[in-house]
Amino acid sequence: MEVKEIKALVALMNEFGLIELEIEDKKGKVRLVRAGANSNAAAPVVDHRAAPAVKTQVTAPAKTAEAVKPSAQAPELAPNQRLVQTPMVGTFYRKPSPEAPPFVEEGDTVRKGQPLCIIEAMKMMNELEAEVAGRVIRILCENGQPVEYEQPLMVIEVE
Amino acid sequence: MFKKLLVANRGTIAIRIIRACRELGIPTVAVYSTADKQALHVRMADESVCIGPPAAADSYLSIPSILSAAVAYGADAVHPGYGFLSENGDFAEACQRSGLQFVGPRARHIRLMGDKPRARRIMKRAGVPILPGSEGTGVTDLREAQAHAKAIGYPVLIKAAAGGGGKGMRIARDASELTRLFPLARGESEAAFGSGKMYFEKYLERARHVEFQIIADTQRNVIHLGERDCSLQRRHQKVLEEAPCPVLDARLREKMGRAAVRAAEVVVYSNVGTVEFLLTANGAFYFIEMNTRIQVEHGVTEMVTGIDLVKESLLLAMGERLRFKQKQIQMRGASLECRIYAEDPETGLPSPGVVTSHHPPGGLGVRIETALYSGYRVPVQYDPLVAKLIVHADNRALAIARTRAALREYMIDGIKTNIPLHLKILDDPDFQSGQVATDFLSRFAPPEQERQAPRAVQS
Repeated sequence: MEVKEIKALVALMNEFGLIELEIEDKKGKVRLVRAGANSNAAAPVVDHRAAPAVKTQVTAPAKTAEAVKPSAQAPELAPNQRLVQTPMVGTFYRKPSPEAPPFVEEGDTVRKGQPLCIIEAMKMMNELEAEVAGRVIRILCENGQPVEYEQPLMVIEVE
Repeated sequence: MFKKLLVANRGTIAIRIIRACRELGIPTVAVYSTADKQALHVRMADESVCIGPPAAADSYLSIPSILSAAVAYGADAVHPGYGFLSENGDFAEACQRSGLQFVGPRARHIRLMGDKPRARRIMKRAGVPILPGSEGTGVTDLREAQAHAKAIGYPVLIKAAAGGGGKGMRIARDASELTRLFPLARGESEAAFGSGKMYFEKYLERARHVEFQIIADTQRNVIHLGERDCSLQRRHQKVLEEAPCPVLDARLREKMGRAAVRAAEVVVYSNVGTVEFLLTANGAFYFIEMNTRIQVEHGVTEMVTGIDLVKESLLLAMGERLRFKQKQIQMRGASLECRIYAEDPETGLPSPGVVTSHHPPGGLGVRIETALYSGYRVPVQYDPLVAKLIVHADNRALAIARTRAALREYMIDGIKTNIPLHLKILDDPDFQSGQVATDFLSRFAPPEQERQAPRAVQS
C-alpha cells in the first residue's frame, strides 16, 4: 500500500472519528489504531485486592514488593552517569559483614574495580565491582533488600 | 498452608498455578526473564522477580537464579509446572535442601522415571506389561544397536534413555534406516539430555496413546482418575486430547487403571503423575513411561472428574492425605482439549508476534487457559503453546460440536494459530467415530513431515 493511500485512510478516520480501521486487499493488510484510544491494547491489570491472600500479605511480603518495584524503574541518567545493575537475582548487601562499615556511601569516589556491594545468591556472596572510576551519586536499594535480575543498584558519575 | 509459593514457570501453566494458589489463599511469586516483562503471569502474581535474560538456560532453567529468588523473596514452596525444571531431580533436591517444599514427587521418583530403561525394568518386575525392547541400561554403539533391533524385529523405535519431549526419537523400518537414523537420534539426545544412551522398543503401527492420571499421598494411598486419549500428535507433540478414551470399556479401564496404580505403588510415588500406555486394537496395552508432574492436558481429567488437580497437588505437597477413594471417582460426560499453538497451520512453523486482538470464546462447558491478551507480544524464545481450549459436554458428539462452535468463535489476530487444523480434525469422519491411532495427524501434514515419528511423549 502506498503512503498516499494510507494518508487517505487517516483522513477518513479523522472525518468519521474512527478509533480503529483494518483494510485488506490484494496488496496486503493495513491496520490503523488511534494512539491511546484503544483500551483493548492495554495489558490487563489484575486487582490483587480481590484475592483472599492479601490479608496474610499486608505485613512483610507486601513491603518487599513495594520496596522493590518502584526502584526497579531505571532513573533518568545524564550522559556522564552510569547505572550499576545486578547481574543476578538475590539479596543486596552494602556491607561485607553485618558489623563492618558500608563499602561505599553516596558522594564517595570509587576507582575501577573497587567493591561496591554484595549480592547473596545461593548462600554465595558475590562482590560487585565498579566498572568505571567516578563518584557514587545515588544508592537505589536498601541493605538486605531482595533484588531482581538487572535491577538498578547505584548511579556512578564518571569523572 | 504454604506461606508463599514461587511459580517456577511461565505461560498458561503459571497462570493455572497462580489461580489455584489464590483460591487457597497462598500468596504467589512469579519469576520471569527479560523477554517476559509484559507476560500475564507477571501481572497476575502477588509479586514478581526478573531472574535472567531471555535464554531459558539462564532464566527458567537456572536453578541458582530460581532458588535465590525464592529465598530472597521469602517463599517456602516452589511449583515447577510442566516443561523447564519440572522433571529435574537435581532441582527437586535443591529445593528441599534450601528449605523449600517442591510441589511434586520426591527427587528419587523423578530420577527413576527419567531413566527410561530403568523404569521399564521396574515395571516388568512389577508385572506391568512393557513393549518388547532392548534390555540393559542403554546403547551408544551402532553395531550393538543393530543387534538389538534385529532381535526385537523391525520396525523399531529408537528412544533416548534420558528422553522426553520426543527428542532423540526415530522409527527405523529396516537395518539401513537404523544405520542412517541411529547416529541422528543419538546426536539429538546428546544435545538435549547430555547423554547418547539409547534404547529400543518394538514400534506398533496402529496403536493409541492412552494415559492414566495418578494421584497419591505420602502415606502410600494411590488412586487413578481415569484416562486421557492423546493419540493425536504431530512432530512428537500432542495436539488434541480427550477424556474418556472413546474405545475403552469399563473392564479394560479397570484393568489399565489397576496397572497404572501398581506402577505408582511399586516406586512409592507421591503427588500427581501420569502413566502412559500404548493400546492396540485388540485391547493389549503396554507401559511406555511415567511423567512425574502435572501435564498440559490435565484439564480434560478435571472436567470429567470434577477434581482440581493443581489444588490437589498443592494440598498433597503440604502432606495432606488423599481426599478421595477409588470408588468415588466417576467420569461424567466427555471433554476435549485443543492445544492452540502460535504456528502457521499450513507449514507448522512458529508464528510469534503481537496479538493485535484476542477474543476468547465462552459459554457453558467452555474453558480457556491462556496467557494471551490484546497487545501482547508472543516471544520467540519459548514454547509456541499459547492457549488451551477445554470443552466439556454430556457426551462425545456434543463435546465435538461445542468445541467446533468455540473454535469458530475464538479470535486471535496478529499471529497465526493452528485453529484451522483443529477444525479439520473435528470434521474428520474417523475422528468423529473415535477410530484414530498415533499416526492419524500425518494425513493433514505436508508430505515431507509424514516420515517423522508421529508419536511423542511431551507431557
